[in-house]
Order: sequence, then structure tokens, then C-alpha cells
Amino acid sequence: MKSKSRLKRATYGDWIIVFLMLVLIVACILPVMSVIATSFSSHDAIMRRQVSFWPVGFQIDSYMDVLNTPRFMRSMAWTGILTGIVVVVNLIMTVLAAYPLTYDSLKGRKIITFYIVFTMLFGAGLIPNFVLFRDLNLLNNPLVLILPGMISVFNMIIMRNFFFGIPDSLKESAEIDGASPFTVLIKIYLPLSTPVLATIGLFYAVGRWNGFQDALFFLQGAPEWHPIQLLLYNIINNLTAIDAMDPGATAPPGWSESVQNAAIVIAMVPILCVYPFAQRYFVKGATLGAVKG
Amino acid sequence: MVNVSVDKRSVKSHVVKSYWVRHWPLYVMLIPPIIYFFIFSYMPMLNLLLAWKQNNIILPVLDVPWVGWANFQRAFSLVPFQEAIRNTIMFSFLDMAVGFPAPIILALLLNEIKFIKFKRITQTISYMPFFLSWIIIGGLAIRLFSTSVGAFNNIIVGFGMEPVPFLNSPSHWVATNVFLSVWRHLGWNTILYLAAITAVNPELYEAADMDGASRFRKMWHVTLPGIRPVIVILLVLTMGQIMGVDFARFMAMENNLVRSVSEVLPTFVYRWGLQSMQFSLATAVGIFTSVINLFLLLSANWLVRRLGGQGFW
Repeated sequence: MKSKSRLKRATYGDWIIVFLMLVLIVACILPVMSVIATSFSSHDAIMRRQVSFWPVGFQIDSYMDVLNTPRFMRSMAWTGILTGIVVVVNLIMTVLAAYPLTYDSLKGRKIITFYIVFTMLFGAGLIPNFVLFRDLNLLNNPLVLILPGMISVFNMIIMRNFFFGIPDSLKESAEIDGASPFTVLIKIYLPLSTPVLATIGLFYAVGRWNGFQDALFFLQGAPEWHPIQLLLYNIINNLTAIDAMDPGATAPPGWSESVQNAAIVIAMVPILCVYPFAQRYFVKGATLGAVKG
Repeated sequence: MVNVSVDKRSVKSHVVKSYWVRHWPLYVMLIPPIIYFFIFSYMPMLNLLLAWKQNNIILPVLDVPWVGWANFQRAFSLVPFQEAIRNTIMFSFLDMAVGFPAPIILALLLNEIKFIKFKRITQTISYMPFFLSWIIIGGLAIRLFSTSVGAFNNIIVGFGMEPVPFLNSPSHWVATNVFLSVWRHLGWNTILYLAAITAVNPELYEAADMDGASRFRKMWHVTLPGIRPVIVILLVLTMGQIMGVDFARFMAMENNLVRSVSEVLPTFVYRWGLQSMQFSLATAVGIFTSVINLFLLLSANWLVRRLGGQGFW
């Protein structure tokens, strides 16, 4: 791809680019460093403005406080279980929607596709959904975190595009041998689709782990089912109020600064562990969805 | 002649029969998704009627008395609603002005890195912010930018200057918010451009080398024109989502001191609809947003297809 002369010597230009990229790397990491530093710092040092990007007055009590808070640990565990359930349910539903639509011969295919895609174009909005969930008894019911989001149309389109890439001849020869579409799906399509299944499964997993607004809207009366992001939101908002009203406060009520940051770090750990492995699937998904071929 | 027509008929009935034999499992598979979309996407549309009804949070929607367009009229006369529209458009344009060119520049720079491992590490780290939720970024924002104990203000105060109200003054808040949004999406948004760059014909670079073109000239005259179609398509798609700002982004970073600039359409609907229980007003605002969104999306999709792209679907 590149001619050899381009590879041979590093010029000034190369070092300028490397320098700019180092600035970018620092800009990405520094905010996370700052949170980690605060989580390990003593309350006094934080209030004396001594903590920016490195811990001062090292302590790990803040982590002990978080780990000993049943409400927090319960929410972490629940969010983990919820994420697992959502990935399985959503993948099954997305495959069921995407696969039949790859049959050119399917009568009504255009109408069904329009029926599905239209929901991406026009949404009823928050209040009509709220009223529906009220009527269906889904308010303050943990199922509201699973049922309404089972198929993302965007992900369904990515999956369908991937299925389109599998040669029709495989399907046809299996059907001549008497295989039903269902057998073709299980025996041929799914085994060939592990990359796209991984991609979309991860999209759903990250979306669920990071999601908080459905719980904010529909689970106000059921704090025991709050996922971790909503709990964090409530914890952090405590801090904003203190920060805005009384900068001189020495002992904030509720969660102290270092404990709050320890909570943020703990909630961040699963995603930071997964994303380096997940990102190559995401990259695949992002390119599959937007520019086909 | 008679024989032929009989044959045709039997062939036709055979085709119809084999169509159903072959396709019925596909319809069975589609039943759960169709029911899902019916319940969770189409059934709420009945409740859109609330926009033309009195505000009543208890009665079934169909039993509530009609009020015509009063809710829409009231919404448009509300200053917070006017502010929400203004803010939504303002943030979309600020995002576009800063956030659209930035990943193109970064992709061009990444493409120029000769040390492959370093390039890969840079890319991986630059994707990281995209995986953090807005709630966590809201926590990072306070940690970095608060006036009392924020990291940057610690340094500013350390130099003997007054702390900067990054999160407490409206104009600073807008800048901080846009900065964090660009920070979150910068690395991730390079993906499509990098994919497009790998598709640029290498012979063009060789030809440019022969002509003694500098690196910058190759970027400007070869790489950039090579990815122009992708740039144009992504720009149009971005414009199609002007009204679709992210609820979590504003919810996670707002506070009472900056409400006049932090309120956007989705947060307005939440505050007036769910917190103040003004169902009818909030439904009217929701319809207004959805209709404009629909129009923008359809226009953008039409334009992208005319430009030879794939569009949203």
C-alpha cells in the first residue's frame, strides 16, 4: 500500500503527528485519572484543592464504603444480570425480524419492512409511552427495562445487511435437500454470522449497561430495581447541589467526594475491561451499518 | 391446446402450494417482532390524542374531553419551550461546527502515522470515551470543572487566579458541554473515515510521489477528495438529526444555575410531562419534535440517496 520510501525514514512531520497523538491520548486518559486519583485521596486533601490528577493522602476506605453499601452492590449485580438477559432476548428478537426479510420471494416483505422502519422515523414520544406502560402495568415493574427495547431497528438493519452478504446458493442448495428456512437459519446462517452477532450483542450490552433514562422515567417508585447508572446519577447529583450552593462545606451529607468517585470508578471498571476487546466488533458494526460495500 | 392449459393450472397450484410450504416458517418467525412493534411502537400512537385533550393523568385517554389546539398554543407561548427549541438547535449547530471537522482531521493524522503499533494504541485509547455513559461523563465533568474542588480550577487557583465557573455560568456551561460531547465522539467518529481512506487508490499516492508532492499536499489533493463522498453523506445525515439531541447528555450535566441554556426539547418534555404531570402539553411538544424529525430524516435520506449513498435504511 505505501511505497517503501514512505516507510523508511521518520521526518519532522512524523514526530509532530506523534506529538499531537500523545496530546490526544493524554486528553482521553486524564479525566479518568482524575476520578481515580480523587477516589484514593483523603477528604481533607480534596477540600484543600490538593487533588487534581494524582492521589494525595492515600486511602482505600472510600472503596470499602462503596463495597459495604448493599444498595450499590445490589444495583451492580442486578445491572449485570439485566444486561445478560437483554443481550439474549434482544439478539433472538433481532434475528427473528432480520432473517425472514432477507428472502426476496417473501410476499409482503416490503410492507413488513416499512412497518418496522417507520418506527425508527416516527416515535410517539415519552408521555404516550408512559401512559401505555401505566395501562399495561409496566410502571415500577422491572420488565420495563427489558420489553420496550427488544429490537433496535438500526441493529436489525445491520444484521439484515450482513445476512444479505451470505450467498443465496447456500440457502437454495439446503432447501433442495429439504431443509426448512428455520433449519437453514440455525445450521447455516447463524454459524456464519458470529461476527455480526457479537457486534450487535455488544451494542445491546453496552447500551443496557450505560442506560438510565428508562429507569428514570418508569421506575421512580421502585428504587430496588434501579440500574447502576441511575443510582450513580442520584449519587452524583447530590454533589452538584452541594457544589453549587455551598462551596465552603467541609463534610458533605451523604456520599463524600472520594466515596462518590470510588463509586464512579467501580461502575466504570466493567466497561473499561470489556471495551478493548469489544471495540473491533464495534468497528465492524459501525462500518457495516453506515456504508455498505 | 387443452393439455397445455391443464398443465399450466396444475403448475400454478403447485407453485402456490410450494410457496406456502417453503415460506410459512418465515411468517411464524415474524410474529413476535410484529407483535413487539405493534405494542411498543404503534399502540403508544393512540395516546398521541392526548395532545388535543384536557390534561388528565388518571382517566383512559379516550374518555378525556377534547380541547382542540390549545395545548400547542400554550406550548408556543411558553418562554421555557422557546428556549428549549433555541437551545436544541444551538447545540446541534455547535456540535456540527466543532464536532464534524474534528474526526476528519484526526483520521487524516492517524492515517499518516508510520508506526503501526502506536497507531493502533492511539486508536484504541481514542475510542474509550465513547464507551463511557453520559452519567459517568457528568461525574468526570464535576471532577474536572467544578469551582470548589475541580482539577482544572485547582490548577488555576494554584496560579493565584480566580476559579473559572465552567459548570455554573451559562456561557461556560455551553462550551464545557460541547467540548465533552466532542471529546466523547472524536475517536469513534474517525472509524468511517479511516475505512474510507483505506479504499483510496494507492496508485494516486504513487503518482503524487512521482510529482514530488509533499505530505500535506497528498493529504489535501489525494486523501481528502478520496473520502469526499463519505464526508458529504455523513454531513447530510447529521443535519437530519438536528432536533434529536441526546437526553442523557443534558440531564447528566445540567444544574439550576444554567437551566436557561441546558434545557433542550427532550429534557423539557421530561420536566413538564413527568415531573410537573402536564401530560397534554408534553405530548403536544413531543408531536412537534417528532414531526420535524420525520421531515428532516426523510429529506436527509432522500438527499443521501440522490448523492449515491445508502441512507438510513
